[in-house]
Amino acid sequence: MKAAVIVFPGSNRERDIAYALELTSGQKPALVWHGDRDLPAGTDLVVLPGGFSYGDYLRCGAIAARATVMDAVRAHAARGGLVLGVCNGFQILCEAGLLPGVLMRNAQLKFIARNIHLKVERSDTPFTRRYNAGAVIEVPVAHGEGNFIADAETVAKLEGEGRVVFRYCDAAGQVTADANINGATNAIAGIVSENRRVLGMMPHPENHVDPAIGSTDGRGLFESLAEALQTA
Amino acid sequence: MKARVTVTLKTGVLDPQGKAIEGALKSLGVEGIGSVRQGKVFDLEIADMDRAAAEAAIKAACEKLLANTVVENYRIDIA
Repeated sequence: MKAAVIVFPGSNRERDIAYALELTSGQKPALVWHGDRDLPAGTDLVVLPGGFSYGDYLRCGAIAARATVMDAVRAHAARGGLVLGVCNGFQILCEAGLLPGVLMRNAQLKFIARNIHLKVERSDTPFTRRYNAGAVIEVPVAHGEGNFIADAETVAKLEGEGRVVFRYCDAAGQVTADANINGATNAIAGIVSENRRVLGMMPHPENHVDPAIGSTDGRGLFESLAEALQTA
Repeated sequence: MKARVTVTLKTGVLDPQGKAIEGALKSLGVEGIGSVRQGKVFDLEIADMDRAAAEAAIKAACEKLLANTVVENYRIDIA
């Protein structure tokens, strides 16, 4: 795996992501500055980490989506390269047009920082092959704008094509209104692109990879990527 | 030349901030306000160019950055 973690002014989860990638793949990712024109040669995975890029000015992720390095990220995605966007990274992917929809203010207006449950909808993606479809994992969220919205046609397309990869659910895996923490359409917590090579998700799997923290439920995502890139 | 761009949420898009403001107005005892939708205003100074070129430049600014047309509309007023 040759991963590149993009660092914007205001990113703050890049080290968590780097730790999770190194722990699961044994390889240290490159940290790439937002003003760079190119990704390191041979990059096979780009990660957009969480944080508050550009202070969330204008709209979350809006300025970062137009940063210099994003042309290289777009080109990487167009080549079929893997891209993972977590939290602010998901917001940036939507603003950059690499994923459809937009993340709006949480319906309850509150910033939510706690552990939640996610249902893994499919295991046939490079991001989830180490999970079983239908598995319930516990990972943290930390966001004020995670309420996924898209027009009805786009949502129908996402659902019809099976591109919803994670949904908010309760501990038993039931997708209930109460478990939908931020009011997202269809409790959507993570989606993939049409070719399933670009994943955006609001929760933070990178924070549940080390047994010292008490949960390793997020580890499967990074192990999936390591495995997908090893066999590729 | 000056221009003002007003960005508003499209009809039907939930606006939790507007709802909160609506609630605050009610609790302040301000009567008669049915609902509130929050938006953004951008005041732009435009370089010397003809009106058509200015309109095109501002439209590009709106489409490329100022508005997210998935959920927002924009209006351009040139003074």
